[in-house]
Amino acid sequence: MSTTDNLVEIRGLKVHFPVRAGILKRTVGVVKAVDGVDLDIRRGEILGLVGESGCGKTTVGRAILRLIPATAGTVRFDGKDLFSLKPSELKPLRREMQLVFQDPYSSLDPRSKVGDIVGEGLRVHGVTDRQERHERVRKALEMVGLQEEHMRRFPHEFSGGQRQRIGIARALVLNPKFIVCDEPVSALDVSIQSQVLNLLKDLQQELDLTLLFIAHDMSVVEHLCDRVAVMYLGKIVEVAERDELFRNPQHPYTRALMSAIPVADPRAKRERIILQGDPPSPLRPPSGCRFHTRCPEATELCAQREPALIDLGRAHLCACHLRQPEGQVAESVARVGG
Amino acid sequence: MADRTGDNGKPPAEELPLLQVKDLKTYFFTRRGIVKAVDGVSLTVRRGEIRGVVGESGCGKSMTAMSILQLVDKPGRIVSGEVWFKGENLLARSRREMTAIRGKQIAVIFQEPKSSLNPVLKVSTQLLEVLKVHQDVGRLPRTEEAVKMLKEVGIPDPERRIHNYPHELSGGMAQRVMIAMGMACAPDLLIADEPTTALDVTIQAQVLDLIRTLRNERGMAVMLITHAMGVVAEMADVVTVMYAGTAVEEAPTLNLFDEPLHPYTRGLIASIPVMGQRKERLEVIPGRVPNLIDMPPGCRFAPRCRARVEHGLEKCTVEEPPMIEARPGHLVRCWLYEGDQR
Repeated sequence: MSTTDNLVEIRGLKVHFPVRAGILKRTVGVVKAVDGVDLDIRRGEILGLVGESGCGKTTVGRAILRLIPATAGTVRFDGKDLFSLKPSELKPLRREMQLVFQDPYSSLDPRSKVGDIVGEGLRVHGVTDRQERHERVRKALEMVGLQEEHMRRFPHEFSGGQRQRIGIARALVLNPKFIVCDEPVSALDVSIQSQVLNLLKDLQQELDLTLLFIAHDMSVVEHLCDRVAVMYLGKIVEVAERDELFRNPQHPYTRALMSAIPVADPRAKRERIILQGDPPSPLRPPSGCRFHTRCPEATELCAQREPALIDLGRAHLCACHLRQPEGQVAESVARVGG
Repeated sequence: MADRTGDNGKPPAEELPLLQVKDLKTYFFTRRGIVKAVDGVSLTVRRGEIRGVVGESGCGKSMTAMSILQLVDKPGRIVSGEVWFKGENLLARSRREMTAIRGKQIAVIFQEPKSSLNPVLKVSTQLLEVLKVHQDVGRLPRTEEAVKMLKEVGIPDPERRIHNYPHELSGGMAQRVMIAMGMACAPDLLIADEPTTALDVTIQAQVLDLIRTLRNERGMAVMLITHAMGVVAEMADVVTVMYAGTAVEEAPTLNLFDEPLHPYTRGLIASIPVMGQRKERLEVIPGRVPNLIDMPPGCRFAPRCRARVEHGLEKCTVEEPPMIEARPGHLVRCWLYEGDQR
């Protein structure tokens, strides 16, 4: 993997949260929200990061932006090691990395006018000229399909879909290279979702943006993303090009996730894999492969040894003892795993 | 449905639909005006059938369920309509009689299972309470019965789980506990209002599977309210599509997805990405849902309807269309099908 293709390179990222209890607030445990993630985000792509609640996908997004401190690992953005930068060195990079939130209702200050909400980033980043700020806010709103007159209004005057457009305009106003979209459509009604998805796709192409699209909905990810990474309990279990992943899913968890999605086509014939039980707590992740407690294919080895994320060929990465690179035999399991 | 009348003009009891809602209207009387949350909804649920009710937020699907159960709070009121359940009009029942019907004959589960459970009582206490209220008087239910209830809804390790408090349960497990409570009295009808919306997909699959199994094993009917077309497609036998307080289309599930008739339903189906069916762009329904206080005259969807413009229909903005049986068993509230009326 050459460095130049990748805008973001994540290596060995860990984010652990201490659990404190009692009057002395002693640490009684550690939630391993993200526990060793390697991931590259290529320039100009939309990378989907999917998984269920609590798998750590949102934490990955925030740790990349240094909104929460990482416990271990490195993130290189455009070649620079983000975690070793001083705050003064980080600030100019901040305008290149933006975030769109899930909930368009709570992520906009109800007492600020839209113009101020969208323009705040400009002020923070030293655009002091009011005229210029106004002009750039107007342009950002225009890009998301809103008008100049909306600048003087308050968030409550807008519908959910329009609010999410405001949130996207806020991210765009600084001309970023990279935007983390954290479940940007899951709070919206279905007919509104499609408007926002189409908008994101258009903007990404027009502005040559790189997007990390965090979602739980596989069908939305299939529609929008170029490549997809699947997370389970703090780990990446599978990464592949979109078509490769959806035609040829390898990890048993990915397969279960896909088969669990209700498809709006009653004639679709599908083999349904219904997983047993709930995902285990990230406070006490299972030994070996973290999915082995729910995996329909689990063997003894899976409970003992953690599988590594290996390339099965065609840039299809998978972390499963039972999946081997093309042409290799099953006996190599132990060697690869170690 | 209407042609199955018996000799005396009344349909024989066994052929009566389990639940029949006729022209139900529930309005909210607010200072800003009358909010017509449910405005003339008719639907039926037959024994053992899963009736999907689908629509976006604010379409009145939940309020229809709350009206059936008579759980509408002020300033809301059921203004008119009939709700027939097993041959009797529920709207004529007293508050006390309704309490007996809810839970005993009609069970209900909601979107947020944890907010439906009492947070300070153990699962066992809450399950035993249900058994005590609805079982024969003079007999105290035993913990083993409650354990059996949990086992039936597939909760692993029920002997231990029964001593948990709700916060110790995952969302999927809490929903199973709610279903277990609902099943305690072998209801004829389960009203499930967005039962899996707050759950993860793999857990959603488990809960939907459980609801399907209970229907198959007990012949219980289900009114499944959801915003997700995918859930409807997988679960329902028949579907009612709602928009802005009224039903706009009704059909057996296969027919609805094979040939959606109402422009709104068509737009809705085309706007969702379907796994395995790649599209460059998703369809978009222009505009937004009308304000329920200030409903447009005529068809409520007319301001957003492209088909109306394409076909040059003028009636739409003047007169509200009736439900038209455009295909056998397939009803649609749209003037486009006026000529197809059977």
